[in-house]
Amino acid sequence: MTVAAEGSPPLRVAGARRSPLLQSEAVQGFALISPTFLYALILLVLPILVVIAHSFWTQDYLTIDHTFTLENYRIALTEPIYRDLLWRSLYISLTVSALTVILAYPIAYFISFHGGRHKSLWLFLITIPFWTSYLLRVMSWKVILGYNGVLNSGLIGLGIIHEPSTALLYNSSAVIITLTHAWATFAILPIFVSLEKVDRTLVEAATDLGDGPLRSFLRVTLPLSAPGVISAALIVMIPTVGDYVTPKLVGGKDGVMIANAIQAQFGKASNWPLGAALSVTTMVIVSLMAGATVLVIRAIQRLAR
Amino acid sequence: MTAMRRFLPSWLTSYAILYVAFLYLPVIFLPIFSINTAATPKFPLSGVTLHWYEDLPRTPALIDATWNSLLVGVSASILSTVLGILAARSITRYRYPGRRTINGLIMAPLVLPEVIVAISMLLVMLQLGLSLSLFTVVLGHVLVCIPYSMTVLTSGFEGFDRSLEEASADLGESAFGTFRRVTLPMVAPAIISSLLVCFTISLDEFIIAFFLTGTEATLPIYIWGQLRFAAKLPGVLALGTLLLVASFVLMTVAEILRRRAARRTQNEGGLYA
Repeated sequence: MTVAAEGSPPLRVAGARRSPLLQSEAVQGFALISPTFLYALILLVLPILVVIAHSFWTQDYLTIDHTFTLENYRIALTEPIYRDLLWRSLYISLTVSALTVILAYPIAYFISFHGGRHKSLWLFLITIPFWTSYLLRVMSWKVILGYNGVLNSGLIGLGIIHEPSTALLYNSSAVIITLTHAWATFAILPIFVSLEKVDRTLVEAATDLGDGPLRSFLRVTLPLSAPGVISAALIVMIPTVGDYVTPKLVGGKDGVMIANAIQAQFGKASNWPLGAALSVTTMVIVSLMAGATVLVIRAIQRLAR
Repeated sequence: MTAMRRFLPSWLTSYAILYVAFLYLPVIFLPIFSINTAATPKFPLSGVTLHWYEDLPRTPALIDATWNSLLVGVSASILSTVLGILAARSITRYRYPGRRTINGLIMAPLVLPEVIVAISMLLVMLQLGLSLSLFTVVLGHVLVCIPYSMTVLTSGFEGFDRSLEEASADLGESAFGTFRRVTLPMVAPAIISSLLVCFTISLDEFIIAFFLTGTEATLPIYIWGQLRFAAKLPGVLALGTLLLVASFVLMTVAEILRRRAARRTQNEGGLYA
């Protein structure tokens, strides 16, 4: 076998390996990924650079004035409407990410530590609703929370209230509930993955050394799963800050978020530079908030140990 | 582990069941109210009817939207899977500087606010003078599908035994022949799974389609337009139910295939190692 393999192919190999450069692993790997990389560069990086550029320009009806200005940022940060929308979006996304992580942790823990043979079935059950249309899931919350909705008619049926409550739909709480539901899966998966990596012998060691289940959880399992908690928090926080559908469908006047204002600048209001400045501001602020969250969780992790 | 089991708090199990109920409950109301005779979604149901489903095929705008969605979904899933295969293969097979950065960039659309991704693409497309159409929607969908395609494909490509390909090359097969006769059969389930996942995402995606389409509507855009009219709600619920079923079936098949792919590469790798 080896003799035959060594005896016959040198000619072929010499032919295939035309240049040592092409053969080098780095070049091959890079060449293979370059179409996808270029696609992301052209349709993601370039567009974001164009948005950043626009945020420093101004618009006069349909023509863009390319003189550098910070006026859009002044408007984005000081005009009361935009400031309020930004604060509300940040408040909503922070609340939603905290809620989803707190609600998701026990279930991720359950699957990882007590899932047994049914681990993958549980994971599958949890991912399925996530694959259904986002628009439809938001719509079903409208059906539940609406004036003539499921919750109101149910509460009336049970005799708890006598007329439909208007407090359920069209406010920021409705937005928070809907988003918490919509992003649940995104929080469970990273926490589950990090819990799976927790060395079970460490937990047993803690128990053997006299820690009760709660103490060993707080001092071993929880700190070790901090990376999962961090990525869960970020993976929910960053996209929800720019959510458009949920505030539009269930938010009403009091639940409008920054994405709705950004859309308006690119639609009806037709002020691209201001819309661009609002987008950049949102991205920068949410990144700062994400960074702060990471620091806070790490600090707690250190304290717990 | 047995020591742990003794402490297994039963409230954790109850919580898990409640949580799954919380995940499914809202979705279940769509099919329930889609067979209600009354237009307002409230309990008790006033009667059961399939009337709303029967109306669906008689709506020309809906038929157009369905064709548009299928066209966009098929194109986006093929394109993103091809780009996903190249990237996933490169990431799992080769080591080179900048690999992590490039991977991070390709995965970035997963964690960026969709509105910002959509409007930035919109700006560039308008600047380039591209007129908005289903083609621009496909371009946008491919960008958001690639991260999912990558996730599915890397899990299928990982654990893939390289010595099999080397053996094929040593036995005189060309690079293309090796790919077609050795690599492809092993990774085919992962590829089909990626196609299904991307198709499902494209079928359900709203924001990017909403910003990047011209006059043609996809199904979610059609639904969005209908939501303004309270009287049309049951029709939307019926359509939504069909979409839910379609997504559910596609994702179940995709998951089964992905698992089979993961098992195949590992088992056969182990067998021939």
